[in-house]
Amino acid sequence: MQSLSGRSKLVSRKEMTLVEKLYLPAILGGLFITFKHFFRKKATINYPEVSRRFSAVYRGQHVLKRDEQGRENCTACGLCAVACPAEAITMTAAERKPGEEHLYREEKYASIYEINMLRCIFCGLCEEACPKEAIFLTDRTVESGFKRDGFIYGKDRLVEPMDSSKRIDVSERLTAHRKPNE
Amino acid sequence: MESYDLIFKLVFVLVIFGVSLLIAMYSTYAERKVAAFFQDRIGPNRAGPFGLLQPLADGVKMFMKEEIIPSHSDKALFILGPSIAMLTACMTGVVIPWGNSILINGREYMLQITDVNIGILYVFGVVSIGVYGIMIGGWASNNKFSLLGALRASSQMISYELAMGMSIIALVMMTGTLSVREIVESQPGAHWNVFVQPLGFLLFIICAFAETNRTPFDLPECETELVGGYHTEYSSMKLGFYLFAEYINMFISSAVIASLYFGGYNFPFINSLGLSHNAVTILGTVIFFGKIFFFIFFFMWIRWTIPRFRYDQLMRLGWKILIPLSVLNIVLTAVYLLWKYELWNTPPNF
Repeated sequence: MQSLSGRSKLVSRKEMTLVEKLYLPAILGGLFITFKHFFRKKATINYPEVSRRFSAVYRGQHVLKRDEQGRENCTACGLCAVACPAEAITMTAAERKPGEEHLYREEKYASIYEINMLRCIFCGLCEEACPKEAIFLTDRTVESGFKRDGFIYGKDRLVEPMDSSKRIDVSERLTAHRKPNE
Repeated sequence: MESYDLIFKLVFVLVIFGVSLLIAMYSTYAERKVAAFFQDRIGPNRAGPFGLLQPLADGVKMFMKEEIIPSHSDKALFILGPSIAMLTACMTGVVIPWGNSILINGREYMLQITDVNIGILYVFGVVSIGVYGIMIGGWASNNKFSLLGALRASSQMISYELAMGMSIIALVMMTGTLSVREIVESQPGAHWNVFVQPLGFLLFIICAFAETNRTPFDLPECETELVGGYHTEYSSMKLGFYLFAEYINMFISSAVIASLYFGGYNFPFINSLGLSHNAVTILGTVIFFGKIFFFIFFFMWIRWTIPRFRYDQLMRLGWKILIPLSVLNIVLTAVYLLWKYELWNTPPNF
Protein backbone atom coordinates (compact mmCIF):
# COMPACT_ATOMS: atom_id res chain seq x y z
CA MET A 1 0.00 0.00 0.00
CA GLN A 2 1.24 3.45 -0.86
CA SER A 3 2.13 5.66 2.06
CA LEU A 4 0.11 8.87 2.07
CA SER A 5 2.09 10.67 4.71
CA GLY A 6 5.46 9.65 3.28
CA ARG A 7 6.70 9.05 6.82
CA SER A 8 6.17 5.30 7.09
CA LYS A 9 9.23 3.10 7.29
CA LEU A 10 9.57 -0.42 6.03
CA VAL A 11 10.70 -2.97 8.58
CA SER A 12 13.94 -4.50 7.45
CA ARG A 13 14.56 -8.06 8.50
CA LYS A 14 18.08 -8.40 7.20
CA GLU A 15 20.61 -10.60 8.95
CA MET A 16 22.76 -8.75 11.45
CA THR A 17 26.36 -8.27 10.47
CA LEU A 18 29.14 -9.53 12.70
CA VAL A 19 29.76 -6.09 14.18
CA GLU A 20 26.07 -5.73 14.98
CA LYS A 21 25.99 -9.20 16.51
CA LEU A 22 28.79 -8.24 18.90
CA TYR A 23 26.47 -5.57 20.39
CA LEU A 24 29.49 -3.76 21.78
CA PRO A 25 29.35 -0.79 19.37
CA ALA A 26 25.64 -0.45 20.13
CA ILE A 27 26.34 -0.55 23.87
CA LEU A 28 29.07 2.09 23.50
CA GLY A 29 26.63 4.26 21.53
CA GLY A 30 24.07 3.81 24.28
CA LEU A 31 26.60 4.74 26.94
CA PHE A 32 27.41 7.89 25.01
CA ILE A 33 23.73 8.85 24.79
CA THR A 34 23.13 8.36 28.52
CA PHE A 35 26.32 10.27 29.28
CA LYS A 36 25.04 13.25 27.31
CA HIS A 37 21.92 13.23 29.48
CA PHE A 38 24.16 13.38 32.56
CA PHE A 39 25.11 16.97 31.73
CA ARG A 40 21.81 18.10 30.33
CA LYS A 41 19.73 20.79 32.01
CA LYS A 42 17.52 19.16 34.64
CA ALA A 43 13.76 19.26 34.28
CA THR A 44 13.13 19.40 38.03
CA ILE A 45 11.54 22.47 39.62
CA ASN A 46 12.38 22.65 43.34
CA TYR A 47 8.77 23.22 44.24
CA PRO A 48 8.38 24.98 47.55
CA GLU A 49 11.31 27.28 46.79
CA VAL A 50 10.63 27.73 43.09
CA SER A 51 7.20 27.47 41.55
CA ARG A 52 6.33 26.81 37.97
CA ARG A 53 5.22 29.79 35.87
CA PHE A 54 1.67 29.30 34.73
CA SER A 55 0.98 29.39 31.02
CA ALA A 56 -0.65 32.48 29.60
CA VAL A 57 -3.98 30.70 29.17
CA TYR A 58 -4.20 29.40 32.75
CA ARG A 59 -7.66 29.64 34.31
CA GLY A 60 -7.64 29.85 38.10
CA GLN A 61 -9.60 31.57 40.85
CA HIS A 62 -12.21 34.08 39.74
CA VAL A 63 -12.24 37.79 40.37
CA LEU A 64 -15.14 40.26 40.18
CA LYS A 65 -13.70 43.40 38.64
CA ARG A 66 -14.33 47.03 39.46
CA ASP A 67 -14.06 49.79 36.89
CA GLU A 68 -11.48 52.62 36.95
CA GLN A 69 -13.48 54.56 39.54
CA GLY A 70 -13.75 51.57 41.83
CA ARG A 71 -17.37 50.66 41.04
CA GLU A 72 -18.42 47.02 40.71
CA ASN A 73 -19.02 46.00 37.10
CA CYS A 74 -21.44 43.20 37.92
CA THR A 75 -25.13 43.93 37.37
CA ALA A 76 -26.41 40.54 38.54
CA CYS A 77 -27.82 39.68 35.12
CA GLY A 78 -27.25 35.98 35.83
CA LEU A 79 -25.79 35.11 32.43
CA CYS A 80 -22.74 33.58 34.09
CA ALA A 81 -24.93 31.36 36.24
CA VAL A 82 -26.85 30.27 33.15
CA ALA A 83 -23.66 29.59 31.23
CA CYS A 84 -22.07 27.65 34.06
CA PRO A 85 -22.11 23.93 33.19
CA ALA A 86 -21.29 22.95 36.76
CA GLU A 87 -24.04 25.04 38.41
CA ALA A 88 -21.44 26.62 40.64
CA ILE A 89 -22.62 30.24 40.56
CA THR A 90 -25.57 31.71 42.46
CA MET A 91 -26.46 35.34 43.08
CA THR A 92 -29.11 37.65 44.46
CA ALA A 93 -29.82 40.95 42.71
CA ALA A 94 -30.52 44.23 44.51
CA GLU A 95 -31.32 47.78 43.49
CA ARG A 96 -28.78 50.53 43.95
CA LYS A 97 -29.85 53.08 46.56
CA PRO A 98 -29.16 56.80 46.13
CA GLY A 99 -25.71 57.58 47.53
CA GLU A 100 -24.25 54.23 46.42
CA GLU A 101 -23.22 55.43 42.96
CA HIS A 102 -19.58 55.23 43.92
CA LEU A 103 -19.96 51.50 44.71
CA TYR A 104 -21.98 50.10 41.82
CA ARG A 105 -21.75 51.19 38.22
CA GLU A 106 -25.38 50.54 37.21
CA GLU A 107 -28.74 50.59 38.97
CA LYS A 108 -28.76 46.89 39.65
CA TYR A 109 -26.06 44.96 41.43
CA ALA A 110 -25.43 41.61 43.10
CA SER A 111 -25.98 41.76 46.82
CA ILE A 112 -24.90 38.14 47.16
CA TYR A 113 -22.61 36.49 44.65
CA GLU A 114 -21.29 33.02 45.46
CA ILE A 115 -19.14 30.55 43.55
CA ASN A 116 -18.80 27.01 44.87
CA MET A 117 -15.17 26.27 44.16
CA LEU A 118 -15.71 22.53 44.64
CA ARG A 119 -18.26 22.50 41.83
CA CYS A 120 -16.43 24.89 39.54
CA ILE A 121 -14.54 23.21 36.72
CA PHE A 122 -12.67 26.39 35.72
CA CYS A 123 -13.93 26.22 32.15
CA GLY A 124 -14.15 29.97 31.80
CA LEU A 125 -17.64 30.02 30.27
CA CYS A 126 -18.80 32.58 32.89
CA GLU A 127 -16.10 34.90 31.70
CA GLU A 128 -17.18 34.43 28.09
CA ALA A 129 -20.85 34.93 28.95
CA CYS A 130 -20.35 38.12 30.95
CA PRO A 131 -21.51 41.21 28.96
CA LYS A 132 -20.13 43.65 31.55
CA GLU A 133 -16.47 42.53 31.79
CA ALA A 134 -17.16 41.77 35.43
CA ILE A 135 -15.97 38.22 36.03
CA PHE A 136 -12.57 36.90 35.02
CA LEU A 137 -10.52 33.84 35.77
CA THR A 138 -7.07 34.76 37.03
CA ASP A 139 -3.76 32.95 37.35
CA ARG A 140 -4.23 32.49 41.10
CA THR A 141 -4.95 29.02 42.48
CA VAL A 142 -7.81 28.25 44.84
CA GLU A 143 -6.35 27.42 48.23
CA SER A 144 -6.75 23.86 49.39
CA GLY A 145 -8.47 23.07 52.66
CA PHE A 146 -9.39 20.21 54.96
CA LYS A 147 -13.13 20.99 55.18
CA ARG A 148 -15.80 21.51 52.57
CA ASP A 149 -17.27 24.57 54.29
CA GLY A 150 -14.72 27.12 53.20
CA PHE A 151 -15.06 26.52 49.49
CA ILE A 152 -18.13 28.63 48.79
CA TYR A 153 -16.54 31.96 47.96
CA GLY A 154 -18.70 35.01 48.58
CA LYS A 155 -18.25 38.60 47.47
CA ASP A 156 -15.75 39.18 50.26
CA ARG A 157 -13.27 36.91 48.49
CA LEU A 158 -14.29 37.45 44.89
CA VAL A 159 -14.54 41.21 44.44
CA GLU A 160 -11.21 42.90 44.00
CA PRO A 161 -10.17 45.56 46.51
CA MET A 162 -11.21 49.16 45.97
CA ASP A 163 -7.66 50.38 46.47
CA SER A 164 -6.24 50.86 42.96
CA SER A 165 -2.82 49.56 44.03
CA LYS A 166 -4.31 46.26 45.18
CA ARG A 167 -6.33 45.55 42.04
CA ILE A 168 -6.06 42.01 40.78
CA ASP A 169 -4.48 41.62 37.38
CA VAL A 170 -6.40 39.29 35.12
CA SER A 171 -4.27 36.70 33.41
CA GLU A 172 -2.20 37.59 30.39
CA ARG A 173 -4.42 35.90 27.82
CA LEU A 174 -7.11 38.57 28.29
CA THR A 175 -4.82 41.50 27.85
CA ALA A 176 -3.04 39.74 25.01
CA HIS A 177 -6.02 38.69 22.92
CA ARG A 178 -8.99 40.86 23.91
CA LYS A 179 -9.51 44.29 22.58
CA PRO A 180 -11.39 46.72 24.86
CA ASN A 181 -15.20 46.75 24.42
CA GLU A 182 -15.12 43.51 22.49
CA MET B 1 58.13 -5.42 67.84
CA GLU B 2 55.49 -8.01 67.01
CA SER B 3 52.89 -6.02 68.90
CA TYR B 4 53.36 -2.98 66.62
CA ASP B 5 52.43 -5.12 63.64
CA LEU B 6 49.46 -6.54 65.44
CA ILE B 7 48.16 -3.11 66.45
CA PHE B 8 48.68 -1.76 62.94
CA LYS B 9 46.84 -4.73 61.41
CA LEU B 10 44.01 -4.41 63.91
CA VAL B 11 43.57 -0.71 63.19
CA PHE B 12 43.88 -1.32 59.47
CA VAL B 13 41.22 -4.05 59.52
CA LEU B 14 38.85 -1.68 61.29
CA VAL B 15 39.66 1.13 58.86
CA ILE B 16 39.03 -1.06 55.82
CA PHE B 17 35.82 -2.37 57.36
CA GLY B 18 34.64 1.16 58.10
CA VAL B 19 35.67 2.46 54.71
CA SER B 20 33.88 -0.30 52.84
CA LEU B 21 30.73 0.28 54.86
CA LEU B 22 30.98 4.04 54.33
CA ILE B 23 31.51 3.63 50.61
CA ALA B 24 28.62 1.16 50.38
CA MET B 25 26.47 3.66 52.28
CA TYR B 26 27.33 6.49 49.95
CA SER B 27 26.99 4.19 46.94
CA THR B 28 23.26 4.11 47.66
CA TYR B 29 23.28 7.90 47.61
CA ALA B 30 25.45 7.97 44.50
CA GLU B 31 23.17 5.44 42.81
CA ARG B 32 20.14 7.64 43.35
CA LYS B 33 21.98 10.80 42.37
CA VAL B 34 23.54 9.23 39.25
CA ALA B 35 20.23 7.65 38.26
CA ALA B 36 18.56 11.03 38.60
CA PHE B 37 21.20 12.79 36.53
CA PHE B 38 20.94 10.21 33.77
CA GLN B 39 17.18 10.81 33.71
CA ASP B 40 17.48 14.62 33.67
CA ARG B 41 16.40 14.91 37.30
CA ILE B 42 18.19 16.26 40.39
CA GLY B 43 17.80 13.38 42.82
CA PRO B 44 17.69 13.46 46.63
CA ASN B 45 18.45 17.00 47.81
CA ARG B 46 16.41 17.50 50.98
CA ALA B 47 18.36 15.74 53.76
CA GLY B 48 21.36 17.95 54.40
CA PRO B 49 23.28 19.93 51.77
CA PHE B 50 22.83 18.26 48.36
CA GLY B 51 21.01 15.45 50.17
CA LEU B 52 24.28 14.21 51.66
CA LEU B 53 22.56 12.95 54.81
CA GLN B 54 20.19 10.80 52.76
CA PRO B 55 22.03 7.51 53.52
CA LEU B 56 21.74 8.25 57.25
CA ALA B 57 18.03 8.90 56.88
CA ASP B 58 17.67 5.66 54.91
CA GLY B 59 19.60 3.78 57.57
CA VAL B 60 17.42 5.15 60.35
CA LYS B 61 14.35 4.22 58.32
CA MET B 62 15.65 0.68 57.82
CA PHE B 63 16.26 0.22 61.56
CA MET B 64 12.93 1.74 62.60
CA LYS B 65 10.79 -0.34 60.27
CA GLU B 66 8.77 -3.24 61.59
CA GLU B 67 10.67 -6.47 61.40
CA ILE B 68 8.49 -9.18 59.93
CA ILE B 69 9.47 -12.84 59.94
CA PRO B 70 6.74 -14.69 58.04
CA SER B 71 5.11 -17.40 60.14
CA HIS B 72 5.53 -20.01 57.42
CA SER B 73 9.25 -19.39 57.02
CA ASP B 74 12.18 -21.28 58.47
CA LYS B 75 13.25 -18.78 61.13
CA ALA B 76 16.87 -19.80 61.62
CA LEU B 77 17.61 -19.91 57.89
CA PHE B 78 15.62 -16.71 57.36
CA ILE B 79 18.04 -14.88 59.64
CA LEU B 80 21.09 -16.76 58.35
CA GLY B 81 20.51 -15.67 54.72
CA PRO B 82 21.22 -11.94 55.00
CA SER B 83 23.94 -12.63 57.58
CA ILE B 84 25.88 -14.78 55.11
CA ALA B 85 25.37 -12.24 52.33
CA MET B 86 26.73 -9.45 54.52
CA LEU B 87 29.57 -11.53 56.00
CA THR B 88 30.93 -12.71 52.66
CA ALA B 89 30.62 -9.23 51.21
CA CYS B 90 32.76 -7.83 54.04
CA MET B 91 35.30 -10.67 53.86
CA THR B 92 36.44 -10.20 50.26
CA GLY B 93 38.22 -6.92 50.92
CA VAL B 94 40.92 -8.71 52.95
CA VAL B 95 43.30 -9.62 50.12
CA ILE B 96 43.06 -6.39 48.14
CA PRO B 97 46.19 -4.23 48.32
CA TRP B 98 44.88 -0.77 49.05
CA GLY B 99 48.27 0.79 48.58
CA ASN B 100 51.98 0.10 48.64
CA SER B 101 53.73 0.20 52.03
CA ILE B 102 54.07 2.99 54.57
CA LEU B 103 57.30 3.60 56.49
CA ILE B 104 56.81 4.54 60.12
CA ASN B 105 59.97 4.81 62.26
CA GLY B 106 61.88 2.72 59.78
CA ARG B 107 59.35 -0.10 59.88
CA GLU B 108 57.44 -1.02 56.76
CA TYR B 109 53.71 -1.52 57.04
CA MET B 110 51.85 -3.03 54.09
CA LEU B 111 48.55 -1.35 53.23
CA GLN B 112 46.86 -4.71 52.87
CA ILE B 113 45.22 -6.84 55.51
CA THR B 114 46.88 -10.04 54.39
CA ASP B 115 48.82 -11.01 51.29
CA VAL B 116 47.90 -14.67 50.90
CA ASN B 117 49.59 -16.29 47.91
CA ILE B 118 46.24 -17.50 46.56
CA GLY B 119 44.53 -14.10 46.88
CA ILE B 120 42.41 -14.28 43.75
CA LEU B 121 41.32 -17.82 44.56
CA TYR B 122 40.28 -16.62 48.02
CA VAL B 123 38.13 -13.87 46.50
CA PHE B 124 36.44 -16.41 44.25
CA GLY B 125 35.88 -18.81 47.11
CA VAL B 126 34.27 -16.19 49.34
CA VAL B 127 32.17 -14.77 46.51
CA SER B 128 30.80 -18.20 45.70
CA ILE B 129 29.80 -18.66 49.34
CA GLY B 130 27.84 -15.44 48.86
CA VAL B 131 25.45 -17.37 46.62
CA TYR B 132 24.36 -19.31 49.71
CA GLY B 133 23.18 -16.08 51.33
CA ILE B 134 20.78 -15.47 48.48
CA MET B 135 19.83 -19.13 48.05
CA ILE B 136 19.14 -19.71 51.76
CA GLY B 137 17.21 -16.44 52.00
CA GLY B 138 15.02 -17.34 49.05
CA TRP B 139 14.47 -20.88 50.31
CA ALA B 140 13.70 -19.89 53.89
CA SER B 141 11.10 -17.34 52.79
CA ASN B 142 8.87 -20.23 51.68
CA ASN B 143 7.48 -18.10 48.88
CA LYS B 144 7.47 -19.04 45.22
CA PHE B 145 8.70 -15.66 44.03
CA SER B 146 11.57 -15.66 46.50
CA LEU B 147 12.51 -19.19 45.52
CA LEU B 148 12.42 -18.36 41.81
CA GLY B 149 14.59 -15.31 42.41
CA ALA B 150 17.04 -17.35 44.46
CA LEU B 151 17.14 -20.07 41.81
CA ARG B 152 17.87 -17.52 39.13
CA ALA B 153 20.54 -15.90 41.26
CA SER B 154 22.35 -19.12 42.02
CA SER B 155 22.25 -20.53 38.49
CA GLN B 156 23.36 -17.17 37.10
CA MET B 157 26.22 -16.81 39.55
CA ILE B 158 27.43 -20.38 39.04
CA SER B 159 27.32 -19.99 35.24
CA TYR B 160 29.19 -16.73 35.19
CA GLU B 161 31.73 -17.77 37.79
CA LEU B 162 33.10 -20.27 35.25
CA ALA B 163 33.78 -17.67 32.59
CA MET B 164 35.12 -15.29 35.23
CA GLY B 165 37.54 -17.87 36.59
CA MET B 166 38.74 -18.78 33.09
CA SER B 167 39.34 -15.15 32.16
CA ILE B 168 41.47 -14.93 35.32
CA ILE B 169 43.44 -18.04 34.32
CA ALA B 170 44.78 -16.22 31.27
CA LEU B 171 45.81 -13.34 33.51
CA VAL B 172 47.50 -15.70 35.94
CA MET B 173 49.39 -17.30 33.05
CA MET B 174 50.75 -13.88 32.11
CA THR B 175 51.76 -12.83 35.61
CA GLY B 176 52.57 -16.24 37.06
CA THR B 177 51.05 -15.56 40.45
CA LEU B 178 47.72 -15.69 42.28
CA SER B 179 48.64 -13.08 44.87
CA VAL B 180 46.79 -9.84 44.20
CA ARG B 181 49.71 -7.71 45.37
CA GLU B 182 52.12 -9.42 43.00
CA ILE B 183 49.65 -9.04 40.13
CA VAL B 184 49.41 -5.33 40.93
CA GLU B 185 53.18 -5.00 41.15
CA SER B 186 53.61 -6.73 37.78
CA GLN B 187 51.95 -3.75 36.07
CA PRO B 188 54.12 -0.74 37.00
CA GLY B 189 53.42 2.71 35.61
CA ALA B 190 50.91 2.40 32.82
CA HIS B 191 51.75 -1.19 31.84
CA TRP B 192 48.28 -2.25 32.84
CA ASN B 193 46.94 -5.70 32.16
CA VAL B 194 43.97 -4.29 30.30
CA PHE B 195 46.28 -3.50 27.38
CA VAL B 196 47.66 -7.03 27.14
CA GLN B 197 44.44 -8.82 28.10
CA PRO B 198 41.63 -6.76 26.50
CA LEU B 199 39.44 -9.79 25.81
CA GLY B 200 40.03 -11.12 29.30
CA PHE B 201 39.09 -7.75 30.76
CA LEU B 202 35.88 -7.61 28.74
CA LEU B 203 34.91 -11.11 29.87
CA PHE B 204 35.81 -10.32 33.47
CA ILE B 205 33.80 -7.11 33.63
CA ILE B 206 30.73 -8.73 32.06
CA CYS B 207 30.96 -11.54 34.60
CA ALA B 208 31.51 -9.03 37.40
CA PHE B 209 28.19 -7.44 36.49
CA ALA B 210 26.53 -10.85 36.63
CA GLU B 211 28.22 -11.78 39.92
CA THR B 212 27.02 -8.61 41.64
CA ASN B 213 23.49 -9.03 40.25
CA ARG B 214 23.60 -5.64 38.60
CA THR B 215 21.74 -4.60 35.47
CA PRO B 216 21.66 -6.04 32.78
CA PHE B 217 21.94 -9.20 34.88
CA ASP B 218 19.60 -8.24 37.72
CA LEU B 219 17.13 -11.05 37.06
CA PRO B 220 17.17 -12.26 40.69
CA GLU B 221 15.34 -9.10 41.73
CA CYS B 222 13.31 -8.52 38.63
CA GLU B 223 10.33 -6.61 40.01
CA THR B 224 8.11 -6.98 36.99
CA GLU B 225 8.12 -10.76 37.17
CA LEU B 226 9.08 -11.71 40.71
CA VAL B 227 7.50 -9.06 42.97
CA GLY B 228 10.87 -8.38 44.61
CA GLY B 229 12.98 -11.44 43.88
CA TYR B 230 14.79 -13.38 46.58
CA HIS B 231 14.16 -10.67 49.19
CA THR B 232 10.40 -10.37 48.65
CA GLU B 233 9.62 -11.44 52.24
CA TYR B 234 12.37 -9.43 53.87
CA SER B 235 11.82 -6.18 55.72
CA SER B 236 13.69 -3.67 57.87
CA MET B 237 17.41 -4.18 58.40
CA LYS B 238 17.50 -7.73 57.04
CA LEU B 239 16.44 -6.32 53.69
CA GLY B 240 18.95 -3.54 54.33
CA PHE B 241 21.67 -6.16 54.74
CA TYR B 242 20.89 -7.70 51.36
CA LEU B 243 20.91 -4.33 49.62
CA PHE B 244 24.01 -3.27 51.52
CA ALA B 245 25.81 -6.49 50.64
CA GLU B 246 25.11 -5.77 46.98
CA TYR B 247 26.75 -2.36 47.26
CA ILE B 248 29.75 -3.73 49.14
CA ASN B 249 30.11 -6.39 46.45
CA MET B 250 30.01 -3.67 43.84
CA PHE B 251 32.76 -1.78 45.68
CA ILE B 252 34.90 -4.90 46.07
CA SER B 253 34.49 -6.00 42.47
CA SER B 254 35.40 -2.49 41.34
CA ALA B 255 38.51 -2.80 43.51
CA VAL B 256 39.31 -6.22 42.02
CA ILE B 257 38.86 -4.94 38.46
CA ALA B 258 41.04 -1.93 39.24
CA SER B 259 43.80 -4.03 40.76
CA LEU B 260 43.77 -6.90 38.24
CA TYR B 261 43.42 -4.94 35.03
CA PHE B 262 44.07 -1.27 35.77
CA GLY B 263 47.26 -1.41 37.76
CA GLY B 264 45.80 -1.02 41.25
CA TYR B 265 47.76 1.70 43.04
CA ASN B 266 50.18 2.12 40.12
CA PHE B 267 49.94 5.21 37.98
CA PRO B 268 52.00 6.62 35.10
CA PHE B 269 55.16 8.60 35.93
CA ILE B 270 55.14 7.04 39.39
CA ASN B 271 58.92 7.35 39.75
CA SER B 272 59.55 10.65 38.00
CA LEU B 273 57.70 12.77 40.57
CA GLY B 274 60.58 12.81 43.05
CA LEU B 275 58.34 12.30 46.06
CA SER B 276 59.12 10.37 49.22
CA HIS B 277 58.05 6.75 49.54
CA ASN B 278 55.14 7.54 51.85
CA ALA B 279 53.85 10.36 49.65
CA VAL B 280 53.91 8.10 46.60
CA THR B 281 52.05 5.43 48.55
CA ILE B 282 49.35 7.86 49.63
CA LEU B 283 49.04 9.27 46.13
CA GLY B 284 48.81 5.71 44.78
CA THR B 285 46.04 4.86 47.25
CA VAL B 286 44.13 7.99 46.28
CA ILE B 287 44.46 7.06 42.61
CA PHE B 288 43.42 3.49 43.37
CA PHE B 289 40.26 4.81 45.00
CA GLY B 290 39.74 7.09 42.01
CA LYS B 291 39.80 4.02 39.76
CA ILE B 292 37.40 2.21 42.09
CA PHE B 293 34.99 5.13 42.07
CA PHE B 294 35.14 5.26 38.29
CA PHE B 295 34.13 1.61 38.11
CA ILE B 296 31.34 2.10 40.65
CA PHE B 297 30.13 4.94 38.43
CA PHE B 298 30.48 2.65 35.44
CA PHE B 299 28.29 0.03 37.15
CA MET B 300 25.60 2.68 37.61
CA TRP B 301 26.13 4.10 34.15
CA ILE B 302 25.52 0.66 32.60
CA ARG B 303 22.44 0.26 34.76
CA TRP B 304 20.74 3.22 33.12
CA THR B 305 21.89 2.30 29.62
CA ILE B 306 21.22 -1.39 29.04
CA PRO B 307 17.88 -3.09 29.67
CA ARG B 308 17.61 -6.39 31.52
CA PHE B 309 18.31 -9.68 29.73
CA ARG B 310 15.70 -12.33 29.27
CA TYR B 311 16.56 -15.47 31.22
CA ASP B 312 17.36 -17.64 28.18
CA GLN B 313 19.48 -14.85 26.70
CA LEU B 314 21.39 -14.68 29.97
CA MET B 315 22.14 -18.40 29.93
CA ARG B 316 23.00 -18.34 26.23
CA LEU B 317 25.44 -15.48 26.75
CA GLY B 318 27.04 -17.21 29.71
CA TRP B 319 27.45 -20.73 28.37
CA LYS B 320 27.59 -20.35 24.59
CA ILE B 321 29.51 -17.11 24.22
CA LEU B 322 31.50 -16.14 27.30
CA ILE B 323 32.89 -19.59 28.14
CA PRO B 324 34.12 -20.39 24.59
CA LEU B 325 35.59 -16.90 24.39
CA SER B 326 37.43 -17.37 27.67
CA VAL B 327 38.83 -20.69 26.45
CA LEU B 328 39.95 -18.92 23.29
CA ASN B 329 41.55 -16.25 25.45
CA ILE B 330 43.49 -18.89 27.39
CA VAL B 331 44.70 -20.52 24.15
CA LEU B 332 45.74 -17.18 22.65
CA THR B 333 47.61 -16.27 25.82
CA ALA B 334 49.35 -19.63 25.86
CA VAL B 335 50.38 -19.29 22.22
CA TYR B 336 51.69 -15.80 22.88
CA LEU B 337 53.70 -16.94 25.90
CA LEU B 338 55.16 -19.85 23.98
CA TRP B 339 56.01 -17.62 21.02
CA LYS B 340 57.68 -15.13 23.32
CA TYR B 341 59.66 -17.97 24.90
CA GLU B 342 60.76 -19.36 21.52
CA LEU B 343 61.66 -15.97 20.14
CA TRP B 344 63.65 -14.41 22.97
CA ASN B 345 64.35 -17.52 24.93
CA THR B 346 62.92 -15.85 28.01
CA PRO B 347 61.34 -18.40 30.29
CA PRO B 348 57.72 -17.74 31.21
CA ASN B 349 57.59 -16.66 34.83
CA PHE B 350 56.05 -19.81 36.24
